[in-house]
Amino acid sequence: MGVASVMRGDKGGQAMLAVLLVVAVVVPILNLVVPESSPWHVSTYTVTLLGKYLTYALLAVAVDLVWGYLGILSLGHAAFFGLGGYAMGMYLMRQIGDRGVYGHPVLPDFMVFLNWSELPWFWQGFDLFWFAALMAILVPGTLAFVFGYLAFRSRVTGVYLSIMTQALTYALMLAFFRNEMGFGGNNGLTDFKDILGFDLKSDATRIGLFLASAGALALGYLACRWIVTSRLGRVAVAIRDAEARTRFIGYRVDRVKLAIFTFSAMLAGVAGALYVPQVGIINPGEFSPLNSIELVIWVAIGGRATLYGAVIGAILVNYGKTYFTGAFPEAWLFALGALFVIVTLFLPKGIAGLVGMIRTWRRSRSPAGSAAEAAP
Amino acid sequence: MKPVEQLRQSMRKDRQWSFMYSMLDLDLDVSQGVILYLEDVSVSFDGFKAINNLNFYVNAGELRCVIGPNGAGKTTMMDIITGKTRPDTGSAYFGRTIDLLRLSEPEIAALGVGRKFQKPTVFESHSVFENLELAMAGDKRVFPTLFARLSGEQRDRIHEVLGIIGLQEQTQREAGALSHGQKQWLEIGMLLMQDPHLLLVDEPVAGMTHQEMDRTAELLLSLEGKHSVVVVEHDMDFVRSIAKRVTVLHQGSVLAEGSMDEVQNDPRVVEVYLGE
Repeated sequence: MGVASVMRGDKGGQAMLAVLLVVAVVVPILNLVVPESSPWHVSTYTVTLLGKYLTYALLAVAVDLVWGYLGILSLGHAAFFGLGGYAMGMYLMRQIGDRGVYGHPVLPDFMVFLNWSELPWFWQGFDLFWFAALMAILVPGTLAFVFGYLAFRSRVTGVYLSIMTQALTYALMLAFFRNEMGFGGNNGLTDFKDILGFDLKSDATRIGLFLASAGALALGYLACRWIVTSRLGRVAVAIRDAEARTRFIGYRVDRVKLAIFTFSAMLAGVAGALYVPQVGIINPGEFSPLNSIELVIWVAIGGRATLYGAVIGAILVNYGKTYFTGAFPEAWLFALGALFVIVTLFLPKGIAGLVGMIRTWRRSRSPAGSAAEAAP
Repeated sequence: MKPVEQLRQSMRKDRQWSFMYSMLDLDLDVSQGVILYLEDVSVSFDGFKAINNLNFYVNAGELRCVIGPNGAGKTTMMDIITGKTRPDTGSAYFGRTIDLLRLSEPEIAALGVGRKFQKPTVFESHSVFENLELAMAGDKRVFPTLFARLSGEQRDRIHEVLGIIGLQEQTQREAGALSHGQKQWLEIGMLLMQDPHLLLVDEPVAGMTHQEMDRTAELLLSLEGKHSVVVVEHDMDFVRSIAKRVTVLHQGSVLAEGSMDEVQNDPRVVEVYLGE
């Protein structure tokens, strides 16, 4: 199935992908080619920031797939993001080799500090990039599969399911805070040096990661579009709107939910794996229940069940967060809360619904327009 | 039970193992002319006997109406047939061979038992066409559904059903925008898309206008012979307009059964309906 058929009728998504393509071409040029003295120069700091936003956008798309189309309000999606991030972080830790503070050839610093003599079994293999990349997808996928299998088979829905996902991410946070878990405790994993042999601090590597994030977002978006435009996507919406009815016409509702939920968790894992090398740290704070809730707010602000709305919401809210926490650090949470209230009250379909609202409003205002509408 | 006895039980030739059940032949056998057998079924909720020793048979191709006062167990009976509620005792067979009590809701649906709910439930944000497409008989597992494409034949079938339920004009309309009556017909159309052997229709004319009722009566009568249909309804005029055989349920068991006239003149029925 081609890109054209998947994107047919999705004007917002087409525009989003076009903008993404332009940004992916222009930003590297402005960073690498344009001299630093020029006002057009984009700093490496900004490139990394943009790359981070793109991974958030991919995460938001994953949430919109299960919330917008399947009706599962997951308040624990940051857990899958975090697990993907930890898998990548473990690879980056192993890449440090003997350049750590303690200079141990194999063990990461925090293990030397804890007087561990050898690498735990679950750290084996993470010196290989392909293995870590695979784990960044498989670990969140497996967790989502097991969790989803138990929850959906028992027909846990609605607010109960949301609370369980919160508990899931909270439990992971508490577990990862423990030093004995072997993931660096509350300091997490940090002090990374290089990825695939490229220095993480160099501009070119930063650009590479930025482009990888843009590519992952585009591919993830297309994959989600493919699912929602298939018959399975229509079954998902059917489950969202009338679950019992869907069961009575013969669909295994639990299996459909399980498949899409697991896929979404894998996407979140990919986003996490791209996020960690760009921000340079992963710690248990990523599993904080608040993160998962904030993430749902991005999707609500952008507009549910549109996919591209999730991208807009994630980027706008995070830009706002970066700006506010720099300019008025105390005001950010109030601004986020106000934004959420305003959107819920006045823009039930989020920013993505704004275009339609403006069009309806203008049509109702101009009598010529409404006459032209009525004429054919 | 003694071990020897246990062994003998498990060696019985007619023994059906539950793990082999999916391998059993699930073909519908209506060679006796009966499509549904409910025998000695009882179910109670918190001590209240919703169904009490119920015996109920439906012939293949028959249009049967079930009436009864509120709380007579009509909806519970439908729940048992479709696998939503498991009875405490008794048996439920679909045709001679298929034990409904061992199957899940989607499995029962896949075998050809379609159910229309009391309140019309259609997929509101899908078009009428998509509603019928989703309901269509076929492989409904996850991956086949992901790769499913409509064939020309299937498209024709959808248009045929659109004709039967009289919604050709509304093909591309969002189902949520349909009138109450149209939603009911769409839901019946969704059942037809599953090529069901047995249709369970719960209060199809509740909240309908008289024209809509007449239209629904025609629709249900046109299904007779091709499908077995069980209609649960309160509206007596409507029942009289379609029914050949009527079953009266009262306090969870069958009170009377026969033609509309016989049933209406039965003193016990009169007492239940008028005596209170």
